[in-house]
Amino acid sequence: MGHESPAGDLRLTNLTKRFGVLTAVDDLDLTVPQGSFFALLGASGCGKTTTLRMIAGLEAPTSGQVLLGDRDIARLRPYQRPVNTVFQSYALFPHLDVAENVAFGLRRRGIRNVDDQVRRMLALVQLDGSGRRRPAQLSGGQQQRVALARALVNHPRVLLLDEPLGALDLKLRRQMQIELRRIQNEVGITFVHVTHDQEEAMTMADTVAVMNAGRIEQLGAPADLYEFPATAFVANFLGQSNLLAAEAAGPAGADVPVTAHGARFSLPVGRARSDRGAVYLGVRPEKLHLAGSADQVPDGHQHVDGVVTDASYVGVSTQYLIRTGWGSELVAFAANSGLGQRFPVGAPVAAHWDPRHAFLLPREPGPTDDRPDRPAARRAGEGAVANAPRHLLRRVVRPAKRRGAA
Amino acid sequence: MRVSRWLADRWVMIVALLVLGYLALPIAVVAALSFNRPSSRLSYDFHEFTLDNWRHPCATTDMCDAVLRSVQIGFVATVVATVLGTLMAFALVRHRFRGRSGINLLIFLPMATPELVMGTSLLALFVSAGVPQGFWTLVIAHVMFCVSFVVVTVKARLAGMDRRLEEAAMDLYASEWHTFRLVTLPLVWPGIVAAALLAFSLSFDDFIVTNFNAGTTVTFPMYVWGAAQRGIPPQVNVVGTAMFGIALLLVGVSSLRARRSAR
Repeated sequence: MGHESPAGDLRLTNLTKRFGVLTAVDDLDLTVPQGSFFALLGASGCGKTTTLRMIAGLEAPTSGQVLLGDRDIARLRPYQRPVNTVFQSYALFPHLDVAENVAFGLRRRGIRNVDDQVRRMLALVQLDGSGRRRPAQLSGGQQQRVALARALVNHPRVLLLDEPLGALDLKLRRQMQIELRRIQNEVGITFVHVTHDQEEAMTMADTVAVMNAGRIEQLGAPADLYEFPATAFVANFLGQSNLLAAEAAGPAGADVPVTAHGARFSLPVGRARSDRGAVYLGVRPEKLHLAGSADQVPDGHQHVDGVVTDASYVGVSTQYLIRTGWGSELVAFAANSGLGQRFPVGAPVAAHWDPRHAFLLPREPGPTDDRPDRPAARRAGEGAVANAPRHLLRRVVRPAKRRGAA
Repeated sequence: MRVSRWLADRWVMIVALLVLGYLALPIAVVAALSFNRPSSRLSYDFHEFTLDNWRHPCATTDMCDAVLRSVQIGFVATVVATVLGTLMAFALVRHRFRGRSGINLLIFLPMATPELVMGTSLLALFVSAGVPQGFWTLVIAHVMFCVSFVVVTVKARLAGMDRRLEEAAMDLYASEWHTFRLVTLPLVWPGIVAAALLAFSLSFDDFIVTNFNAGTTVTFPMYVWGAAQRGIPPQVNVVGTAMFGIALLLVGVSSLRARRSAR
């Protein structure tokens, strides 16, 4: 990355961690701008927690650097780093009361009058008056706040959050997501948030890095990642995608023509991550619309014919499964706005999309599997996709800071 | 009908009370006999109530010497076994090294070996090494079997401790030493205390191993054994009751403190 390194940026360069034969983190390069809310998103075992622990100093990197500003902190002990962590299990000291838990870091740094700071920090996380209680007497959400206060009171340069909301129930999690954003805005500290929950990452972070097998697959603003994923993994991990195995033969003018299962499609050059050879043609389910027949497809849209094999009504939308002529299944979400037509199972439909909403991804040449994702990932994605439009809406309101891919 | 219903509702309680009574009865007898003035040396009937035994516990001087010796041996053995055992427990739980599983097995050996075997083999060892038997051979013998119980007790406590707590302390600017002193030790402390109490009572109480390795030293259990042949002085019951009372007091205080700190 060609930019001058500002004083407070956290930069990981060539960071690698091996456990025996297993490479948990593989030559990672990453820049987290000062003051940003950064999310490391990935499935369990992708190396995101190991990365976090290396920043905290709880794991020694096999090689590479952890730079805070211009200082390499990779070889420092955890207590020598201006970095604090909110642990997944909170790790509150059970033998100390809440106030002493929060004061722990201050006392260790030899600060004498801690009462004022502790009180202010407890007020920030809305736990005024709970200072004398023991962690075991608090609810999960309250413990989470104590863990946050205990880390934040030290004013670290970087706050690390290791799946901090994982143990909370859904409603509390939503509430804490908003809370965390509020606090981050208030204190302006760099937050690095590790999570496997794509919705959480998109809701909270300015920048999301999707990790897979110890590497960063893609990094960017949540809307950019969602609207124009860089790899098939990202396309399916972040929400859900219809991916058609296709062949491309280079751009022709402003468009890239592709062939998939004998049919011809095209899309703008700017929507292609790869324009030659084996590719995936991708369309998000909510951007795949249904029409009763091919002549009802709007001008400029492209379509494939199919038959509805499943229609599940989920309130805000109806999720259709459409079997195409060549036997693969597409997913389409139709908003239940009362404007569109409803299709029963067995109805012939034309699934159409605006080529500007499609994207082209590189594909390993080989068997033309339309669905490269694993079943588990698919299921994890499905529940969340219903909410996707809501995030995008919010994302548009708040201008996202865009950063180039690492 | 009503009676059987009444029984069905309470039979767990009834059985529990019976078991408790069964366990407490011998102690009650000892406590009662500590207030007895026996009619003769070999009589164990409750003859007459008196406070003399409590007022003059050292009327038989041999006995008090024996108690003192047992306390001394118990104290030294407890301190040594607790320190050694705690260190061993830390090593076994926290580190992966060659021979770790072998040592784990070895730790269990003194608990599984019949005391008779342990006593005789220790005696053979001391004799062949030319070590005169006495106070220090007893300390060595007691440390040997106490250390196993300490390791097992502290290990259990340590294994149940969340490693993240120490990581959190280090993350919050506590050096290795401060982490140990402020987080690890306070959390493991109840286990260490329990181990020490266990070690002391094991040492104080031991007869078989002690009898083989005592030389001319007489501990309290040995004194009681010897006295049993010619009539136990009632002061033995005073010592027994006092020990029981002290133990009860310790348990009461610790549970009271636990309850207070949980509030």
